[in-house]
Amino acid sequence: METLGSAPRWRLALTALLHHRLGAFGLCVCALVVFTALLAPWIAPYDPSVSDYEAILSPPSLTHWLGTDDLGRDILSRIVWGTQVSLQVSLIAVSGAIVLGSVVGMISGYAGGWIDDAIMRVIDAMLAFPTLILALGIVAVLGPTLVNAMIAITIVNIPNFARLVRAQVLSIRHMDFVSAARGLGASRVRIMFRHIWPSVIGNVLVYGSLTASTALITESSLSFLGLGAQPPTPSWGSMLSSGMQYWDAWWMSVFPGVALFSVVLALNFVGDGLRDVLDARITE
Amino acid sequence: MIRYIASRLMQMLPVLFLVSVAVFSMTLLLPGDPTLSMLGENASLADRVALRERLGLDLPLPVQYLRWAQNVVEGDFGRSLRNGEPVSEMLLQRVPATTQLAIMAIILAILIGVPCGIIAALNRNSFGDVAATSVGMFAMAMPSFWLAMLLVMMFSIHLRWLPPSGYVPFLRDPMDSLRLMLLPAVTLGTILAGLILRQTRTSMLSVLSADYVRTARAKGMSERRTILRHALRNALIPIVTVVGLQMGALLGGAAITESIFSIPGLGQMVVDGIFNRDFPAVQGAILVIVTSILFLNLVIDIAYSWIDKRVLR
Repeated sequence: METLGSAPRWRLALTALLHHRLGAFGLCVCALVVFTALLAPWIAPYDPSVSDYEAILSPPSLTHWLGTDDLGRDILSRIVWGTQVSLQVSLIAVSGAIVLGSVVGMISGYAGGWIDDAIMRVIDAMLAFPTLILALGIVAVLGPTLVNAMIAITIVNIPNFARLVRAQVLSIRHMDFVSAARGLGASRVRIMFRHIWPSVIGNVLVYGSLTASTALITESSLSFLGLGAQPPTPSWGSMLSSGMQYWDAWWMSVFPGVALFSVVLALNFVGDGLRDVLDARITE
Repeated sequence: MIRYIASRLMQMLPVLFLVSVAVFSMTLLLPGDPTLSMLGENASLADRVALRERLGLDLPLPVQYLRWAQNVVEGDFGRSLRNGEPVSEMLLQRVPATTQLAIMAIILAILIGVPCGIIAALNRNSFGDVAATSVGMFAMAMPSFWLAMLLVMMFSIHLRWLPPSGYVPFLRDPMDSLRLMLLPAVTLGTILAGLILRQTRTSMLSVLSADYVRTARAKGMSERRTILRHALRNALIPIVTVVGLQMGALLGGAAITESIFSIPGLGQMVVDGIFNRDFPAVQGAILVIVTSILFLNLVIDIAYSWIDKRVLR
């Protein structure tokens, strides 16, 4: 029974992922980003918001490995500190979407009837909005800050998780172990979160890792437009945005983009790897 | 078929209603009194009450919604808070640019994605397959605004082949319009090209091993004819689905692409509206974008049921 073995199964999935070439590579890059974010104060060679007015727009050199921006700030240090913003968005916004989406999906799938119909129509309406347009609308109402951008990213991702969880709940709500729990007098809430949830979480986490990359792109897009992280917070999106003012200083446009692209690619590798690994296990 | 279209329209209505409620609610959720932002902080109470009555803000919310919805259905989206221009006119001016950008992006994505996907599938596990699949994977991970910057640096700043930004309506000067729209279309179409490449490769691989393709080959049909006539035709169905599903992402991505390349489209109208706190403009543009996506999905569903009659059952 799935509910009994979720933790060891995850350990097996992780081991299998480490044997998946691209998945393992993606996982290593993600681990590197986590360490960089945690150790940013010690790794970054300079303070990310302190300007060196004698080194404004300096190209990459031995002093400033990736050059400096229009205010003389060290780009490498800003990229290193920017990992914290990326990590916050990937972890907090996506976790929020997972939790809220799962609760909504679980209630919708388990309750059925008019509750399910009503929730699904709202979900359909939310899905009709393109992700970035919905996020822009939410930020327009809440105001442009990093926290509001994260709230927007959480909200725009709720429908997908709700749909995924609802579909899973519908397929397992009539299984023997759920009927047995119901027969033993377990409450609805207990059945949903104690018995059904552990069977659903695997697929939710796989989808979560794929969502992390789109969440990161949405945050950087909002920051790029000036509607996410505000100065002087070093966000890769806003760094790229200032790079657009100085085309000759190519390092301002290239390096933050390489960082963003690498992390998105790594997250996609992890998501694809996890899906391959779990699909293979299902097929077996 | 008519019954299918009617049932799809009926399914769309509640979604359209909820979308309109969400867009209408945007202004209600804004902090502060709208009359203060329109009349200024020093406005007298009497003036504010008069304005509230004139705008209908003193009416119950459902009545306010119904009035707003009725106006929208009649094509009246209100007036821009920035320059007083009717929002419907702003929308009409901006729809052609976004439409041209989206169409060019889709055409480019299909022209790149489909042939590369076919070549990758026909040469499975070869160097070409690995290269095409890797390029597709990179394309899907590429943040569109970074790609836009790299393209501008390469083709506008260094090589000076294409202009970095601007827009000319297609009907005024087709050649100039296409030249200006090329970089934005590549930017917007790259992710879609990656997705189409991956989908074409997967569909072709499954179709190439199907019995009817083997039969066609056994009958002595040329490889070219087998692929174009039998394999690609059936592989196209999931590709159409991918293009349909990506319409939303495409029009959403237009917001950022249009801002970078200074294209006066619907996406730029949303972004500019947010910065100028011009909510009638933001509401109008978002409503038009979302309604277009819903209708495009309906058209694609109908087209799909026409291609594959099993959907109607």
